[in-house]
Amino acid sequence: MLEMPVQFKYSIRVFIFFIFLMAAGTRVQCKAQFSGPEAASSIPESDRVQPAALAKILGGHDADKPLILQVGSRVMFAQAHIAGSEYAGPGSQAAGLQLLEGRTAQTRKSKLIVIYCGCCPWMRCPNVAPAYKRLHELGFTNVKVLYIANNFGDDWVGKGFPVAQGE
Amino acid sequence: MRVLAWGLVVAIVCAGGAKDVAQQPSLIGKEAPRFARRDLSGKRIDLAEMHGKVVLLNFWATWCAPCRVELPAFAQWQAGYEQAGLQVVAVSMDDERTPVDQAVLKLKLNFPVIMGDAKLGNHYGGVLGLPVTYLIGRDGKIAARFAGESDLKQMESTMRELLSRR
Repeated sequence: MLEMPVQFKYSIRVFIFFIFLMAAGTRVQCKAQFSGPEAASSIPESDRVQPAALAKILGGHDADKPLILQVGSRVMFAQAHIAGSEYAGPGSQAAGLQLLEGRTAQTRKSKLIVIYCGCCPWMRCPNVAPAYKRLHELGFTNVKVLYIANNFGDDWVGKGFPVAQGE
Repeated sequence: MRVLAWGLVVAIVCAGGAKDVAQQPSLIGKEAPRFARRDLSGKRIDLAEMHGKVVLLNFWATWCAPCRVELPAFAQWQAGYEQAGLQVVAVSMDDERTPVDQAVLKLKLNFPVIMGDAKLGNHYGGVLGLPVTYLIGRDGKIAARFAGESDLKQMESTMRELLSRR
């Protein structure tokens, strides 16, 4: 073992302490801002659908197409949305969840419902997890969430999948 | 020494969350699309009247976590670089105005905030993910675009460089 002067050993200990303090501080800040029970990471992988897979379903000849609902911002929906999808209100807000309830009130509980947002990267999206949770509370048994890794522009529009504009 | 090495690894992993600058070539170097709107206080905001200033145009929303991280920095920059010719303008992509008013007060924003819509978003190439920030030079041309969780140091550096151009 290398012999070190006492003062040098003390400096190393202080340095290690500050490194851990910085790391812990950053971790706490990240958690406070971006996680929680309503984070998209709480949605099980088995209930996530990839954009290419959804595009394939939409392009197919299956008569029973899924109900596709955008649960993010209306302003962003008006700019671009999945062709055939409907606006259902931001899942992060009470008014949005009410709109979602209203839209699905007459929907068969076993119907395949695909919800999506794409406002922010998946791990930062505040809308999909609350909407997913609410649909389950309402008794829907076949709810999937479109996995948008970065944002709707990059992961759907930019990939050339079917898009519509307007309200 | 093993503890020291682990400490360094943890610190690097925690600090490395930011994404790189994403530039959109289609608008870079082009004249910034003009708009004139009333801000939340009722004041008319006309991009054309900001010619000669460096404009930081930020698209955000109250429910966008990365946006809420950036806005306080923009408020600091507005205060610190105003004399040098900076003007920050924020465009909220929220559907409703009420939460925007609340956020402006809470975050003590010292620059104009306007309500955005699909038309304005489409003018800027489609704002289909937040946040998005454009830096517009004194000549009115778009110099840079930052999308997602941006590196604020890099953004500030680009902004300072634009401010230094006369």
